[in-house]
Amino acid sequence: MNRTTKDYVKNYLFVVPAVLMFIVFSAYPFYKIIELSLVRWDGISPVMQFIGLDNFTHIFTSNPTWWLSVRNALYVTALALVFQNGLALFLAYIVDKDIKGKNFYRTIFFLPPILSGIAVGIIWNWILQGDYGLLNQLLIRLNLSGLARSWMSNPRTALTSIAVIHMWQGLGWGFLILLAGLQSIPRDIYEAARIDGACEFKVFTKITAPLMIPTFFIVSILTILGTMRIYDIIVATTGGGPGYHTEVPISRIIATMLGSSRFGYASAMGVVFGLMLLVISIIQIKMSKKMERT
Amino acid sequence: MRKITGIFNHSILIIMVIVCIFPMVWVVSSSLKSQQTVFTDMSLIPSEMQFENYTRTWQQGNFGDYFFNSVYYTVIVVFGVLFISSLAGFGLTRLKIPGKNIIFIILISTMMIPIPGAFIALYVLLANLGLINTRTGYILCMINGGLPFAIFLFKSFFEGISKDLEDAAKIDGCNKFQLYMKIAMPLSKPIIAIVVIHNALMVWNEYILAMLVLTDRKLMPLQRGLMVFQGTHIADYHLLMAGIAITTIPIIIIYFLMQKHIISGVMAGALK
Repeated sequence: MNRTTKDYVKNYLFVVPAVLMFIVFSAYPFYKIIELSLVRWDGISPVMQFIGLDNFTHIFTSNPTWWLSVRNALYVTALALVFQNGLALFLAYIVDKDIKGKNFYRTIFFLPPILSGIAVGIIWNWILQGDYGLLNQLLIRLNLSGLARSWMSNPRTALTSIAVIHMWQGLGWGFLILLAGLQSIPRDIYEAARIDGACEFKVFTKITAPLMIPTFFIVSILTILGTMRIYDIIVATTGGGPGYHTEVPISRIIATMLGSSRFGYASAMGVVFGLMLLVISIIQIKMSKKMERT
Repeated sequence: MRKITGIFNHSILIIMVIVCIFPMVWVVSSSLKSQQTVFTDMSLIPSEMQFENYTRTWQQGNFGDYFFNSVYYTVIVVFGVLFISSLAGFGLTRLKIPGKNIIFIILISTMMIPIPGAFIALYVLLANLGLINTRTGYILCMINGGLPFAIFLFKSFFEGISKDLEDAAKIDGCNKFQLYMKIAMPLSKPIIAIVVIHNALMVWNEYILAMLVLTDRKLMPLQRGLMVFQGTHIADYHLLMAGIAITTIPIIIIYFLMQKHIISGVMAGALK
């Protein structure tokens, strides 16, 4: 071995741990999940029965629960996109104009996002509890007892309650990114517009909003990818119930894997769901590139 | 007119502050009430403070074990991610490695391709390796989860270091590893801070893998332990809230002490 080859070997040593970790814990599982999606297997038995695309055909043709869970996640995602990010934008807009206390608001609003989904779920489960929960007690004191209900076990309110909890936790995060976007807009553009006599609404629609499009984009995509994978809040509150009213894709995958020991089928669900998220990511990359060009 | 909108804006912000903080205040308040008063006493400051709720929860709920495990996993995973990712980042920028661009893209590819069912395969892999229900299995998976983003950060940072410093060190007789330890790492404190915060929060709050991999109560971290405790004390809201306080208050204290770093760390993570 000559000197340069020896040098290269030494250099590679720096990268070896990362490459090894990647091969064992990322590449192999990636391959494995695709392999498993083509078999029938209970997770224990030494025999895996190859069944081709049967798992996928079944998911697409005769698994209404799975598609219900996708719809539930889409519902929570839609609410988060509109209300969580809408309110976050409004708050960021106010704070952006009024410099005083910016740090204070940023710190407080970002408190929920650093808590775990499990803790947040258990806390809100108590606040929304049917008999003694704070919300119902409050409604009774306000003589609105007609509105009181067990929010988490009522099929009509369970999923929306989950969405509210999720948005409570995600709001500060949206606020933070949107505020950073607003702050990056140079102040003299606003000054110039104001001298020209533009009213606040005009300034927002003609200057702020167009400049914020890349930020809106990032926030929307991250909201979609994050919310579609919602799980922790649900396992800590409804566990998917009542019935299947708050089931989401991740909870279905776990139930199929651990509950009914159908590892192959659960893997196929994972592949289908992964492809859905991948399509969303690709659209994001395509669209953001398009916008950079224009 | 200006004044009115100012008052309006400030009231909305204050309401939002209350909405964000109140649930945590309610947790602490409920955690100090008794089995009976937690359902009837709606006041924020309970008339009789039941501090023994905390000792009861800590002992009955095995929170000592869970707490130790969470700290243990967090520290080891953070160190593991830091070490492996900074080595790779250094190698991929400062050393001659044929094909390093391809290696880099492959290593960070999991940041772009979401594999939501990967935990099924990880579970099968750990079972085959005999690492189900072991600390090692959980830690290795978590380290791997933190690597792509950390490698990305270190690589971008090391690309910006001036070559002069490196050359000077080489003349002084530093070998490659010393270059990494003595020159590159001390310079990358801001990146180290982001990686530590990002991974510490990720490990502390992680649930799915902990649920799949760790079935022995002695090995469970706090989030997993909380769920077990909820299962056995489903109606004991005063104890449940004490459990929540035990799990979240350390994070909240650290957050307020280091909020600037944490916010910029999480921002970097969100905008990767």
